[in-house]
Amino acid sequence: MTADTAATLILAANTDAAGPWEAVVAFLRDWPNMWPDLWLATQDTVYMVLWATIFSVLVGLPLGVLLVTTDRGGLTPAPVVRAVLSAVVNIGRSLPFIVLMVAVLSLTRFLVGTTLGPTAAIVPLSIGAIPFFARLVETSLREVDREVVEAAHAMGTRRFTIVGKVMLPEALPGLIAGLVMTVVALISYSAMAGAIGGGGLGDLAIREGYQRFNDHYLWATVILLIVIVQAAQSLGDLLVRRLTRR
Amino acid sequence: MIDAVGLHKVYRLKKHRVTALNGVDLHVEPGEIYGVVGQSGAGKSTLLRSVNLLERPDAGTVTVDGEELTSLRGARLRTARRGIGMVHQHFALLSSRTVAGNVGFPLEVSGVGRAERRERVGELLDLVGLGDKARAYPSQLSGGQKQRVGIARALASRPKVLLSDEATSALDPATTDSILALLRRLRDELGLTILLITHEMDVIKKICDSAAIMENGEFREAGRVLDLIGTPGSLLARSLFPLPDLAGPDTVVVTYPRSFDEPLMSELTRRFDVDVNILGGGVEQVAGQSVGRLGVDVRGARRSQALTYLSEHGLLVEEAGE
Ligand SMILES: Nc1ncnc2c1ncn2[C@@H]1O[C@H](COP(=O)(O)OP(=O)(O)OP(=O)(O)O)[C@@H](O)[C@H]1O
Ligand SMILES: [Mg+2]
Repeated sequence: MTADTAATLILAANTDAAGPWEAVVAFLRDWPNMWPDLWLATQDTVYMVLWATIFSVLVGLPLGVLLVTTDRGGLTPAPVVRAVLSAVVNIGRSLPFIVLMVAVLSLTRFLVGTTLGPTAAIVPLSIGAIPFFARLVETSLREVDREVVEAAHAMGTRRFTIVGKVMLPEALPGLIAGLVMTVVALISYSAMAGAIGGGGLGDLAIREGYQRFNDHYLWATVILLIVIVQAAQSLGDLLVRRLTRR
Repeated sequence: MIDAVGLHKVYRLKKHRVTALNGVDLHVEPGEIYGVVGQSGAGKSTLLRSVNLLERPDAGTVTVDGEELTSLRGARLRTARRGIGMVHQHFALLSSRTVAGNVGFPLEVSGVGRAERRERVGELLDLVGLGDKARAYPSQLSGGQKQRVGIARALASRPKVLLSDEATSALDPATTDSILALLRRLRDELGLTILLITHEMDVIKKICDSAAIMENGEFREAGRVLDLIGTPGSLLARSLFPLPDLAGPDTVVVTYPRSFDEPLMSELTRRFDVDVNILGGGVEQVAGQSVGRLGVDVRGARRSQALTYLSEHGLLVEEAGE
């Protein structure tokens, strides 16, 4: 049996089509019918990921900064504060997203009024991504040259200014790279959020593709997810390259 | 200009304590270039960082330009620090900013307006010979150029004092010389007082007026370089002029804290009928003067008269056999 015929068999088993070529043609023919659903789901995914990214930055960035500045030898050493923050972040990081999603259901209901739909999904997505991004922020800030921070002290710079004018700008390429990782993780989380009715491409894949055995929806959502992740990654890489001065 | 009295600093690590400063007194005159040498771990950086209070000493006081820094905290300490420039071993430039952005940083931080900043940055870059590099990023510069940017930045707030921790240690010999020449020129033109840390005796030789030798958190020796060289048993003289091992019974070490006067040796043979045999040593420019230091065997019946004669002519004579 050649590889070709094996592929045909597998595809045939999955799609009931006569051969791979026919399967692709059937898929493409089906695309216009699926498009309204796909377009809506894509918008939902982008909407969830975008807002969750904004919240992750708003909370995760200061959190990551605090993790560094409160550490021993940091700008404002505070071992107790740091230990608490670090423990909270670790708890957030150790829960699998699917568990976290269920665990925060009542918080979601309290904040959004419902646990269904893309807006409701923003809550667990943000909570899942905040500690993730905070650790990445911490890592990039730690790579800032200590001598440079010390030089800023020697020039009589306020600590707040050191964070804003030295540490964050020096770490910027790393921060952007961390942001891209967070966005990509959020896209994957958002697909999982679909499993409990969060909406978006993941939701569509499960409703149409898994529960109704419609493989065309499955393929289409996979393709769209890949395109979105690639776009986010390429944009991020471009920015990082532009900003790196080393 | 810099007066530090009774500095103590102990670092408490998990298991043991490290005494980095053990009662150091430092006095640097205005307009002087003062060098501190010593082995790794002697406490040199801790001392330097105590001067602008990057490290707060456990005991002792630091006074710079009449202001007692050890009594200051918060905003007043930050303001005082702006009067003290600092140059770092690895340049400590912000990689995300251009050369102009780096030099302008201390001005930006102290609230100087954009236009004034621009003008001052231009002046500073001309001063260090980098007028054409304003828009370059540090990664596009050589080590020597980076240190020039570091020096320009340190001078931005018109400090009277410049601190330098191993500013030339990451540079090759030719570049080191050019940076040392720049420091001396800045001292001459701006009347700067410079306190520098180094492990290279060459730096002391080339630009320092005064020096201290540090060991285990203490000064072993401190003072004007030429005075120290003229002091019997000087560690500094021994480090500046390493002599071959010459502990013969008749050997003396002769130091000339003035221009080398060679005929004096033949004079010795003639007058006192002694055998003079030069074992090693040399003449070097130190603190702008030529200073000679030789290991010499002097043998003969009238040896002691010969040595007295040398002393009377202003030479420092030390028996090496002891
Ligand atoms: N932040 C610190 N925490 C603990 N120990 C320290 C700290 N800084 C310095 N020390 C210790 O204090 C001693 C003096 O250090 P210092 O850096 O002043 O030496 P140094 O003379 O500058 O040495 P080098 O020539 O290697 O730079 C060393 O034993 C060092 O390990
Ligand atoms: Mg040091």
